[in-house]
Amino acid sequence: MSNLQYLQLLQLAAPEAIVTVTLLAVLGADLTVLRGKSLVARFNFGALLAVLGCVAAGAVALSRRVTADPFNGFLAVDPASDFIKVAILGLTVFTILISTSGKFTNHVGEYLSLLLLGTIGLMFLVSTVDVLMIFIALEFASLSLYILAAFNKHDAKSSEAALKYFLFGGMSAAFLLFGFSLLYGLSGSTNLLEIARSLAGKSSDPLLLVAIVTTVVGFGFKVAAVPFHLWAPDAYEGAPTPSAAFIGSGSKVASFYVLAKIFTLGFSGAAGSAVWQGYAAGWMPVVAVVAALSMVLGNLTAIVQTSVKRLLAYSAIAHAGYMLLGVVANTAGGAASMMFYVITYAATTIGAFGVVMIVEEATGGDAIENFAGLSRRAPVLSLCLLIFLLSLGGIPPLAGFIAKFFLFSAVVLADGGHLGLLWLVILAIAMSAVSFYYYLLVLKQAFVRDAAATTAIRVPPLTLFALVVLALLVILVGCVPGWLTQFL
Amino acid sequence: MLAWTIYITFIGVLVLLLLPRDNARAARIVALLTAIAGCVVALVGAMQQANPGEVTTIVKVTWIPAIGANYYLAADGISLTLVVLTGLAAVTGILFSWNIESRTKEFFAFFLALIGGVYGVFLSFDLLLLFVFYELTIIPKYFLIARWGSTNKEYGAMKLAIYSFVGSHLVLIGLLAAWVVARGQLGHGSLDLIELSHVVFPVAFQHWVFPLVFVGFAILAGMWPFHTWAPTGHVAAPTAGSMLLAGVVMKLGAYGCLRVAMVLFPEGVREWQWAIAALAVAGIIYGAGVALVQQDFKFVIGYSSVSHMGFVLLGLATLNTIGLDGAVLQMFSHGIIAGLLFGVVGRMVYDRTHTRDFAQLEKMNVGKLVPFAAVTFVIAGVASMGLPGFSGFVAEFQVLMGAWQVYPKLTLLSGVGIVVGVAYTLRAVQKGFYADVTAAAPAPDEHPLPAITTPERIGAVLLIAASLVIGLFPSLLLNWIEPCFKSSLFERLLKGGAL
Repeated sequence: MSNLQYLQLLQLAAPEAIVTVTLLAVLGADLTVLRGKSLVARFNFGALLAVLGCVAAGAVALSRRVTADPFNGFLAVDPASDFIKVAILGLTVFTILISTSGKFTNHVGEYLSLLLLGTIGLMFLVSTVDVLMIFIALEFASLSLYILAAFNKHDAKSSEAALKYFLFGGMSAAFLLFGFSLLYGLSGSTNLLEIARSLAGKSSDPLLLVAIVTTVVGFGFKVAAVPFHLWAPDAYEGAPTPSAAFIGSGSKVASFYVLAKIFTLGFSGAAGSAVWQGYAAGWMPVVAVVAALSMVLGNLTAIVQTSVKRLLAYSAIAHAGYMLLGVVANTAGGAASMMFYVITYAATTIGAFGVVMIVEEATGGDAIENFAGLSRRAPVLSLCLLIFLLSLGGIPPLAGFIAKFFLFSAVVLADGGHLGLLWLVILAIAMSAVSFYYYLLVLKQAFVRDAAATTAIRVPPLTLFALVVLALLVILVGCVPGWLTQFL
Repeated sequence: MLAWTIYITFIGVLVLLLLPRDNARAARIVALLTAIAGCVVALVGAMQQANPGEVTTIVKVTWIPAIGANYYLAADGISLTLVVLTGLAAVTGILFSWNIESRTKEFFAFFLALIGGVYGVFLSFDLLLLFVFYELTIIPKYFLIARWGSTNKEYGAMKLAIYSFVGSHLVLIGLLAAWVVARGQLGHGSLDLIELSHVVFPVAFQHWVFPLVFVGFAILAGMWPFHTWAPTGHVAAPTAGSMLLAGVVMKLGAYGCLRVAMVLFPEGVREWQWAIAALAVAGIIYGAGVALVQQDFKFVIGYSSVSHMGFVLLGLATLNTIGLDGAVLQMFSHGIIAGLLFGVVGRMVYDRTHTRDFAQLEKMNVGKLVPFAAVTFVIAGVASMGLPGFSGFVAEFQVLMGAWQVYPKLTLLSGVGIVVGVAYTLRAVQKGFYADVTAAAPAPDEHPLPAITTPERIGAVLLIAASLVIGLFPSLLLNWIEPCFKSSLFERLLKGGAL
């Protein structure tokens, strides 16, 4: 590499570089200037630094309109991936904002810098078309997430969550690496575009089918799709709430973006078909089955949950099922609607977890009953919860509804107007009717039941601000979706 | 102008949310003023519409170009009729809930949110927009019942919410499929109701998608055997809740059947016409029969709603202009009369006696204690039976005339429902109010029940007057409704009809 290329590398990786510098600044400030200050001051100041860094990185990514791939796929930048980075940075910002009132740790600097480290990994993940780099970035991000899940050292459940997450994650990484190695063996390249080129016409190669299956298994773990979902409820429940929010949001956005890329780019010759009565072997039927299972099992299991965090975990599994439909569609429209869905879902999930965190700290638990009387004890917070949960349930005019509408219409359209994938959409819509029930169960507590305690819940201003902004965003995107779709 | 019915109502919701928590009086006044403003706008806007037969655009701006959705509000005579009904229901509903003391401002905020959504449905000519408003009504309904309701309220509320949601999801499946098929024909995505009504969907497609969309809407219209949410929901709901459920929410379903399912899929309608008629008549007879044996006063009215909504569906199934006229008129008429009946039972009787059990009411001799309630109920009862002079008569008569031309045997059968209707109403009058005619009225100073309040009187008079006016001068509404069915929107639907 000549000097010029290093310069270009720095330019293309500018957002990541900014976040890296921010990370070091946050860590340094916490160890030096903020030493001995109160936890709140450290958290607020560190968060301010981190947010500024993320905003700056996002501004850089959003303002440049470059499409470049100078390193044979290792770092490929285009406006679409830049927008996904902005979305990830935005989700990180909101995660940081809701973390500031957290009492789960006094290692503020380490916590914030790990969050940023994970963000960097996710940013690299979305701007590469090389399977080796995908693997490295994914593991890079995942390692940060494992530690984030374990961050509450005083709570055995947090350690359990992290350990489960780590063991499952490690295994999935092994599957993924095995699949990628097969791909390399078959095609002689790690670049997705070249892999696609040399795999064309080999769709019935048994090795390729093994590679497809192991890749599905690997990513199935990452996005918590059935039957690879078992870690999710425990991790969501045990991990500190902001960590769980980040695992369920930022990491999901990046994973789905890459998942869609691998399947629609790399495996484009081996799609097969999941059309009703028109089945053909390939990755489509595999993903379709995983999607269908996730929707059914996630939604049905969520009904019986008593912990709201676990309920959100199963709902996340169900939502992963809907999102996978966008992959099955295998069209540009399908991928765009899927990203729309994932981003709006991620923002809503952070909001929901933020509310859960406050309720948990005020009432001592996250059982559904702990939400009783919330509309009296914290009116604004309860309205936020209403908006988040209804959006997750797909009630118009919120973002979740319009995202479902886009996604489902893209999937129905995918079969060239023959309605061949309608069966998946019918299943998804039926299951979304089920999901409405359990979201309503939580809201029933908040708005209908009276609480034993009637004292007002004090909501930290910064967290409340973040939640209100998120709620407004959910309404805004639902009413004016063009505002977001123009980027996808 | 009509669009302001929606905006005013939602502005009212926002104002209510900003009010101080414990000022019940302010909340009532804000809610009432909002509802009156909405009602006046609805009436004036409806009168101003020069040509009620044609769809007149109110506002149309691009909303989501990617899928062809517009923010498209418009109105024809059918919309006008139902918008006016909604205005009336809103005002009287608030008058009949003047005594809500628990979390008053939240109650009225949910109430107005529901009303705003209903206005929106009746004025939307874009399918996505219509669907948005349609689902928007589910949440306020749920909370109104679950929080402020009575008997088995959480069960009734959840049942209603789930039925509504399942119904709207059936509709959603149909809409998505129709959107994709229409896109193939038009070359671009469209959700414009007018544009889609000119798309000829393949016959085989219509045959399976029509029942999906129709049933999806008809669940909310109380079509037998999907009506079971209606009695439990009505009974569980607070007075204003039942008034709105029976008054306008069931109309949403019937309106969706007519406006969306039947207009878009005329071949589907013809294929399933007999089934709709049969289910409608089953509902008429079943609802009336079950109403006859209820012990709970409100269940009588709840099942009578199922029976009367059967006439709306029967009218829709005739596919001739007179039957359809009758169906729309019956939507209006039932909205008024059912509202009044629920007002009497829920507000005037139950809120005073705290029981709706006939066995208890018989001992109380309510007719002597609250004579105003008794008189109002008798008037509402005869209107509900279909006595000439009231709106119900004109509406059901037209439905039956229309139905006679298509399904004479079924029409005869539905006559059984009318006779039973007379029976259950008289039974309710007798058991609820006049069990012991020999008892003397109590002396004024030892009166056990609170007197009828002014808001109740105004509400009752408004509804009775509306029913009488339409009963005596049905042309007021028919001049709006009739020309609609001659417009191009319904051309394909009625082409094969009998008239």
